[in-house]
Order: sequence, then C-alpha cells, then structure tokens
Amino acid sequence: MSTAPEKTKKQEKDEVGLSQSRLILRRFLRHKIAVASLIVIFLITGLAFTSIGFGPIPGWWPLTFQQLNTPVNGGQPTLSLIPKWAGGEGISLGAHPFGQDRIGKDNFAQVMRGIQNSLTVMFVVAAIATVLGTIVGGIAGFYRGVVDNILMRITDLFIIIPTLVIAAVLGQIASGAGLGVGVLFLGALLGLFGWMGMARLVRAEFLSLREREFVDAAKMAGASDRRIIFKHIVPNAIGVIIVTATLLMAGAILLEAALGYLNLGVRPPDVSLGGLISQNQSSFVTRPWLFWWPGVFIILLTLAVNFVGDGLRDAFDPRQSRFRPRRRSIIAAMFGSRATGAGMRPSDPTSPRGDEKRSPEGTV
Amino acid sequence: MTDTTSQPQAASREGIVPVLEFTNLSVDFGVEREWVPAAKDLSYAIYPKQVVAVVGESGSGKSASSMAILDLLPSNSRISGSIKLNGKEIRGLRSNEMRKIRGEKVAAIFQEPMTALNPVYTVGFQLVETIRLHRGVTPAEAKERSLELLRLVELPDPEKAFNSYPHQLSGGQRQRAMIAQSLSCDPQLLIADEPTTALDVTVQAEILELLRDLRERVNSAILLITHDMGVVADLADWIVVMEKGVIVEQGPVRDIFNSPQHPYTQALLAAVPRLGSADDSKATIDMTAALATVVTGDIVDSTLEERAEENRRLAEEAHARAERAAASATKVLEVENVVIEYGKRGKLDVFRAVDDVSFTINAGEVLGLVGESGSGKSTIGRASIGLQPIAGGTLKVAGVDISNPDRKTLQALRRKVGIVFQDPSSSLNPRMPIGESIGEPLMLAGEAKGQALARRVEDLLDAVQLPRSYRNRYPNELSGGQKQRVGIARALSLSPQLLVADEPTSALDVSVQATVLQLLKDLQAEMQFACLFISHDLAVVDVMADRIAVMNQGKLVETGSRDEILRAPQHPYTQRLIAAIPIPDPDVQSERRRLRRAIMAASAAE
Repeated sequence: MSTAPEKTKKQEKDEVGLSQSRLILRRFLRHKIAVASLIVIFLITGLAFTSIGFGPIPGWWPLTFQQLNTPVNGGQPTLSLIPKWAGGEGISLGAHPFGQDRIGKDNFAQVMRGIQNSLTVMFVVAAIATVLGTIVGGIAGFYRGVVDNILMRITDLFIIIPTLVIAAVLGQIASGAGLGVGVLFLGALLGLFGWMGMARLVRAEFLSLREREFVDAAKMAGASDRRIIFKHIVPNAIGVIIVTATLLMAGAILLEAALGYLNLGVRPPDVSLGGLISQNQSSFVTRPWLFWWPGVFIILLTLAVNFVGDGLRDAFDPRQSRFRPRRRSIIAAMFGSRATGAGMRPSDPTSPRGDEKRSPEGTV
Repeated sequence: MTDTTSQPQAASREGIVPVLEFTNLSVDFGVEREWVPAAKDLSYAIYPKQVVAVVGESGSGKSASSMAILDLLPSNSRISGSIKLNGKEIRGLRSNEMRKIRGEKVAAIFQEPMTALNPVYTVGFQLVETIRLHRGVTPAEAKERSLELLRLVELPDPEKAFNSYPHQLSGGQRQRAMIAQSLSCDPQLLIADEPTTALDVTVQAEILELLRDLRERVNSAILLITHDMGVVADLADWIVVMEKGVIVEQGPVRDIFNSPQHPYTQALLAAVPRLGSADDSKATIDMTAALATVVTGDIVDSTLEERAEENRRLAEEAHARAERAAASATKVLEVENVVIEYGKRGKLDVFRAVDDVSFTINAGEVLGLVGESGSGKSTIGRASIGLQPIAGGTLKVAGVDISNPDRKTLQALRRKVGIVFQDPSSSLNPRMPIGESIGEPLMLAGEAKGQALARRVEDLLDAVQLPRSYRNRYPNELSGGQKQRVGIARALSLSPQLLVADEPTSALDVSVQATVLQLLKDLQAEMQFACLFISHDLAVVDVMADRIAVMNQGKLVETGSRDEILRAPQHPYTQRLIAAIPIPDPDVQSERRRLRRAIMAASAAE
C-alpha cells in the first residue's frame, strides 16, 4: 500500500501539467538577457572567489591584494585578448593582467577582492532586508489596525534617516573589526537600514491577499495566525519578495561602491570597488586602467542583477509576455506579402496574407 | 440542422439585406506563442428589428465574434472571414473608418456598467461627448438630445441623472445610462454583451423589459450575447448556440427550446435549473399560476384562476406539515434577532448589514437563503461559522452559543462547521497541492497524519468524484468545477454538522453547476449534515433546499417550505423576485411577463 501509490504518484506527476514553479522557471529561461545576466553573475562570482581565494582557502592567482610588487612596464596591464593569428600577442594573462598601481600592488588581485566584498555586502544586505521587510510588512498587512499603524510609522522613521550618515557613523566601528568581518558588519548594517521598501511592498501584497477566500478557508481549518502568514500568504507573495530582493541587491552594490568612494564603507587595508576608484581617480590620466577595471565590474554586476530582476518579474507576472504572437505575426505577414508580392499595410497583420500561414503554426 | 433552419429564414427574408452578416468568421488568440482558435467558421445573420442571441458557456467564443465586429479584439489576435454590415465588408477597415462605424452604426452595451462609464465625468457630459463626436450639433442641442435619450431609457429623473456621476447611480440606472449612450446615434445594431449578468434579478427584468421596448421604438437589431437561457427565452427571436468556438445549432427561439437537435443544446437546456420543476422528491410547481395568486382583479382567465387556487391549497397543506415536523426536530443552527454591523462600533458611519434576523435549521435539513446583492445573506453565512462577529442577538451552532466567542469556543466550533466558498479559484491556495488543502483541517485538528491522513484525503477525493492522483496537482491545473469539488471535499473533511455553502455555483457554467449541485445533494443525503445554502438564484435554491428564506436589505422577509414560498408567496418582495426570474421557456415566459407587469403596476399603485 505504501510503495505502490508512491510510484504512481511519481508517474502522475510527469503526466499532469507543470506546477507553478516549473512554469515560472520556464518563463524565466525564455528571457534571454536575464539568463545571460545570471551566467555573467555566476562567472564573475566564480572568478572573484577562485582567483585570490577566500579567507584561509588559497586561490589560483599567486599574488595577494595587499602585497607590493616591483612595477613592471610602468604598471601597464599585461592582459592580452587578441589572438596571434589576428595580429595580437595571443591570449594570455601575463604577470599583472589589470596592471599595477603607483606602489606596485597588483590591480587584478585588488579588483577581485573588491568584487568579493561587493558580493558579500550584496547578499548580506539582501538577506537581512528581505527577512526583516517580509516580517514587518507581513505582520502589518495581516493584522492591520493599530499594529499596522505602529509598524508603518516606525518604517517611515527609518526611511527619513539618511543611510549615508548612519553608515559614516557606524562604519567607523565596522572598519575596526578587521579584515572580512568588517564587510559582514557593513552588510548587516546596511541591511538594517534597507528593509523599508520591502516592508511596504509586502504589506500591500498582504493587504490584498488576506482578503482572498483561501485565507478564510485556512482560518476555518483552524490554522494559527503564524501558519496563515508563513504557510499560506508568504508563498503567494513570493513573486514580489524575490523581485524586490533582486532590486535591493543591485542597490546594495551601488551603495557599497558609493560608501567606498567616500571612504566610509570598507576601509584600507581592505579594498572595495568604490574605494579603488576613489584612490586612483587622481591618476586617471596616467594610469586609466586603475579606474576602468573596478568601474567596469560595478556596471557589469549592477546591470546583470537588474536584468535578472527584470526576468524574474516577467516570469512571475505572465501578463506582460502575451503580446509576442503579434510581433511574430507581423513578421510572418510581412514575409508573406513580400513572397506573394501583394501590397499590404504593415498595420494590419490580420489580413488574409497572415492566414495562409496559419496551418503550419496555428495547429496546436 | 444549421442548413435546414437557416434556409427558410433566408427564403422568407429574400430581398432584405441583413444588418450584419458573418461568413466563415474565425478568430484566433496568440497564447504563449501558439495560435489558439477562439471561434471557428462562424456564419450567421442579423436582420433588421431582430434579436439574435448567441448562447454558450465560458470559453465558447461567443464574445469573440462581437468584439470582431467593432475591431476591439486585443492585439494578440487575428481574424479571418467576412463581416458585412448592411452588405458592406467591414473587416480590415482602417481605424479612422472603423471609428465612424463604432457608435454611429454599431453600438455596444457591456457587462459591467461601472467600468464602462468614466467615473470622473458626469453621465450627461459623456452623453454629450458621444453625440457631438458623431453629429455636428451645438452643445445645447446635444444636451437636449441627451435628456431625450435618458427619458427614452426610462430613468426616473433625467435631469438629475444628466448631472450625476456614475457612482451616484445604482447598477440598473448605470446600465440604463449606458444604453442611452449607445443609442445616442440611432445605431442599426446594438451589441449587448451579457448586459444583465452583473445586475440583480429584479433589475435584470427591468433592463430586459427596456431592451424589448427599445427594439420596437428605435428600430434597431440587437445582438445579445449571454450564457443565461432564461434571458434568451425572454428576449430573443433567433438563437445561435456555440460550443468551443463552433456553432453547433441555430434556429428560431421556439424551435431551439422545444425541439433542440444537437446533443450539446439538449444537455445545456437540461442543465439549466428551472424554478418549480420536479425531481424525484419534489412535485412540479405551476409558476405562472403562483404569480396569478398574487394578482387580483384584471385576470379573467378562469383556468389560470383554478390553477392559482390549487397552488394556494397545496401551500396551506405544506405549511401545516412543516409546523408538525418542526416541533420534533433538533436544531443545528439557531439565529435569534441577530444584528451584524460593519464599521467601527460607536462611530456614526456603521453599516447595518443584517438587521434583526431570526431563523433555525434542523439537523439534516437544507435551508436556502435567497437575496440580491447587498441583502446580507453572505454576512449571515460568515457569522454562522464564526468568521464575522455579531453586534446583537444570539447565535447558536450545534448547541454552542457563539454570540461572543472566545478563541477556545471558536476552535471547538470549527470542527463542527464547514464552508464552501463562492469563487473556487480564490478559495484554494494557489501554491498548495490540493491534497494538502483538503488534508489541512484534518491535520490541524490532530485527527490524522502521515499515511492515515493520505488515506483520508483519498477517501474525500473519492467522495467528490475526483481521481486520487489529483491530490498532487495545483489549483491552476484544475477546471472551475473540479476546484469547487476540492472546496467541497475540504469543507466536509471534518464531517461537519453544519455546512455553509456560499453561492457555491455562481462562478460556474450551467452544465458544471448542475453536476456540482447534484454532488452536493448526494453528499447531503449520505452524510445528513444541515446546510445553509446561500444563493442569489432562486432556481438553484429550489433545486437544493427543503426550506427557503428570502432576504432583502438586511431583513428576512419570508421563510417557509418550498411549497409555501413558490406556490403562494406572501411578501411583496418575494412576489417581485419570483416574477422577475426568467424561465427558460419562451411561451411560459411571455405569459409570466404579462403577470409581472400586473404585479409591478399593483405595487406601484400602492
């Protein structure tokens, strides 16, 4: 009795339509830019953490971000990407692919360390802000009334505190905590002051979801408030939460870079992408690579995370992707009219020309 | 069938150009990169002064054709075939030419008058705008014409309506204003897309009356799109029955109702619940005569008088029987002088949704609670399972007083009651497999877990006639009727003594509704729970209920057995309600229409 139904259950699962999460995944995979961005994020993360290692684990890159080296070739980047057959010097990293700074530190190792710090801050901020925001917003939206009023006024209070000032004051303490730990501390700090947007969106979602009849049904089943919030409503608000979290991540990278640039976030001897730009802006004319490499990675990461967020939003909200057949039909209609030579207004894709194409693509 | 019936019509109307003619019209929608046909090869014609009804269930493509006329289809669609207006091809016209046809030659009335009118402009402004767009007249002339139109649609105070914003009018008045707007340029064709679906049944009767009048007065053809066979019987001359995008049958209204040829039409007509019709335990009630009992004076028909007399006698017998039975039964739900208010207590703007209502339900009995929107019927349903606190009176469920419940009483109560909600897609958690949804009450009540729970869930799925394998599916993979079965299984999982069914079939198609009602009836007979069956549709209540209670504006106006209420309604509101329900039979309906007018005239005279 116990094994046989298990087996049929699995078979049935294959037969029946896809579950909602599978549908979302499929829609996400259809969003090409988002998928490419996700790959870029994985590649950058992999590069940053394997190259110079993380914590006690050593990486494949021989130099560290603090070590001073003899300047080679005026600190010029040795990275070469043009193959020999194309007239270049072949694909090679060289001794200092991203060049060296004035005192001979390896820029590649420094940028990699900066990316590590940026990513750490990004994930810590997103995790803390998401959890805090979901709890605060969820409770406010579920209970409404006095609870909602109090929580939302606290949220307002947090919104008016300028994050930069708080980071400037408390960042001082963070930098004293030592390598690695300071970054985590900074991330936690920014997370504690970055949950408000999430809380407001989750509250709005809860306000509408709590009126749905399945919440009443759960109440009738005898579910506790906690079970209703976390088992019934949160899974239905997951779209909003995930999308907001990705956008929070993008914001966190920029914020960390800004703080680094102002020398308020990650401080020397540790490095951050923003810090590198700040340190090297004076040598922009003589050694532009010291400025460009961290900048490129900030832009790449922010853009990629934003695109992933975009793709996730489309995947959770399928209403936006329904217009595609029309675009295809225009193309089909135009090809059709060109092939037959019949004149047709491009604004009218539903003319008989499009219909001749129906049998191959219209059969479901 | 299609050929044989459309031929004679064409012959008899030879020489007359149809107002609208579809030939092989197909509409497809692009969904997820594939073309899904919504309507296939539709061909029918509408002649001047004719009312053509397109009937079908949801997804039958009945709206697609009307949208195609006005070129209002969404951008992910495509059309083929021909649409001729007065013999002139209008498919594929450029948008500026199409604009001239819209409103001027073809006008439309939509389902929801609140969303079809712009809330930030007055009704008058919108009327004047429409008129001036199509006719080069001065604002004063346009206003003159607008008031004339508002009078035409019989709005009680045209001047006031002219200066009102849409939200200041009632639903029926808004629909009248919409009709006035659509008539502003004397269209040759009026498309009415489910014009009465969002309205209460008494208001629906008035709007149908108005549409019938208008056909005579303004000389336009009407394309009526509806799922309601009663509305069709009341208004249409020619019926087009659609199923899954294909016309299965078309013909004159009497032919379709009296001798439907296609199995789908037969099934559709059989599925429509008819007020007063017989089944294995109930006798047929002569609904025409029931109305005649009320009308005094100008009915001279002697046979009708006899039939009415028979109804009165049977109603009295039923009353006496009910009194004897009530004395011995155990009461599961006792509602005594209950008052329910919305809004904060002690503030001025409280809304009294339920006002001093008393009734009881005995064990194993089904009480049908009927009322229009806003009558407070759902509020009572929610209160009787402890989802809505009451402001006054006493409420007892299975002997437990829940007038002022604490947490513990509510917990205990929840094992004795179950509820089936109105909207099956909203009442199931979309992120939970349905097996888990059904098993949740059992699990939380600590009745079963693990293997035992799985077995109980399987038994419940069997009971509602769903395959066991469905327990791992998510709600979005199920049809509306299947979802409602899941809702019933969940409500019955703890074998409740009282089941509240809050409009369980109003979101379903008639054929699905019939099967769900049958399932509920069978389960009730088997498990013998008491049931509070709430519905706006007296015909549905008639199918389910042993006794009927009628509510109007928060008050209970009449309670009694089926025979008492349907054969000899006492309260004027009940009489009007019964008179307003269109019966899906054109002959009976035309007779009832006459009686309805008499009743309305009588109540207006008072």
